[in-house]
Amino acid sequence: MKSRVLSLVFFGAFLLFWEFFCHAAEIQPFILPAPSRILRIIAEEAPLLLRHGAATAIEILLGTALSVIAAVILAAAMFIFPAAEKALAPLLVASQAIPVFALAPLLVAWLGYGMGSKILMAAVIIFFPVTVSLLQGFKSCDADLARLFSAMGAGTWKTFRLLYWPWAMPYFFAGLRVAVSVAAIGAVIGEWVGSMRGLGFLMMQANARLRTDLVFASIAVLSALSIFLWKIVCFFEKKCVHWSDTTNSL
Amino acid sequence: MIEIRNFTKSFHNRLVIGDFSLFAREGTLTALLGPSGCGKSTFFDLLMGNISRDGGKLFLSGKEIPHLKGTAAYMSQKDLLLPWLTLRENALLPIAVKKTPSASDIREAEELFELLGLSGSGDLYPRHVSGGMAQRCTLARTILFRTPIVLLDEPFSAVDAITRQTLRSLLLLLRSRFRKTLLMITHDVEDALLLADSIIILSSAPMTAREKLAIPTPKENRQGDPSLQEKKERILAMLQEKVS
Repeated sequence: MKSRVLSLVFFGAFLLFWEFFCHAAEIQPFILPAPSRILRIIAEEAPLLLRHGAATAIEILLGTALSVIAAVILAAAMFIFPAAEKALAPLLVASQAIPVFALAPLLVAWLGYGMGSKILMAAVIIFFPVTVSLLQGFKSCDADLARLFSAMGAGTWKTFRLLYWPWAMPYFFAGLRVAVSVAAIGAVIGEWVGSMRGLGFLMMQANARLRTDLVFASIAVLSALSIFLWKIVCFFEKKCVHWSDTTNSL
Repeated sequence: MIEIRNFTKSFHNRLVIGDFSLFAREGTLTALLGPSGCGKSTFFDLLMGNISRDGGKLFLSGKEIPHLKGTAAYMSQKDLLLPWLTLRENALLPIAVKKTPSASDIREAEELFELLGLSGSGDLYPRHVSGGMAQRCTLARTILFRTPIVLLDEPFSAVDAITRQTLRSLLLLLRSRFRKTLLMITHDVEDALLLADSIIILSSAPMTAREKLAIPTPKENRQGDPSLQEKKERILAMLQEKVS
């Protein structure tokens, strides 16, 4: 609680300094708008920001869902079949060397200007952290617990379902928390490259018309969206992993 | 009764378990006393069929079997309770991996909890209970394996002196009331002397049976038995001799 108040105080102080600096230095709004102006724009352009924000939110959510499904399947396969891990791990690591910006135009070319390419961008960017976290979770299971399940005569599926899956949950949520934060990057990059809606599209349009205040308003909405998604993950984490000491307290 | 005949196991041409044999009657507790790292975990893995052995045979009540999986319960120094399950769910786990526990299974678990001093704790999670309560829950789970053999891997090494005393009594209950045949690996000479019917002193690298001692004194009279003190000193001398 104390740390929350402290961060609010720091954030408030930062905004006040920003506001004062803009007025004192007489900076033009198209270079750096003051926070008060950004707030006014958010209020005035709320329907526009909400419409584009909703499109980005859907892309992030669907991208996250797609990525989680793929990550669960791949991490489970790599854990149960070590040969699959040996074969796939180098490819997985190598895939991280590909810059996301290089992929975006290709995905737009393949999937078009619609939501598909943005959903896939968001999925691609978060797939790695979720898969690696989950695999790490499976592998960190106490060997004595595995011995216990073996003694109970539990088969692979039962052991996976009753032991490894719940054991890996704190790791999974740790990965998911990071993922939803960065998923916005994937979706926005996709929108920059080619789209007709979304906060990334709005930012490009506003920037071209020197509407820096609207760019900042879009960034503020995007940040709020990321924080909201982070909070949702934290809520489900607390519900699902109530037994863990590592549950995020934010 | 259980009989292990000439178990051997090597890893990378290094003999880890060398020609190890053991015979234990039903309802007895056999302590395997050896230094840390003598190969006890490998031995338990061989017994449970988690790894294959190079040689040797295993008999249960005169019938040869490949391993003890499904026939032996396992209790280690860690309580090994799953933190996402309540104490009751943890105790019922050996049943839950096979089928959904029935009302009579749950009743049996509750009766065991009462016997072990855990009445009313069934809905608590492991992080809410003391180490001693967690170990008693582990004991309830061990009983609910419903197997004739119990493998104990240093079951008391992680508890305080008072809890250890309570758990010793509960372990004897497991042997006498539930007629389990217990194989206990320990490096605590006192645990072995107070609880076991026979003690096998192990040597390490490779693990072999160095000497077998029978403890004929009734368990309730052991605390003050001077002959046990002599045995304790002899065992300690043997173990130290090996170390030096």
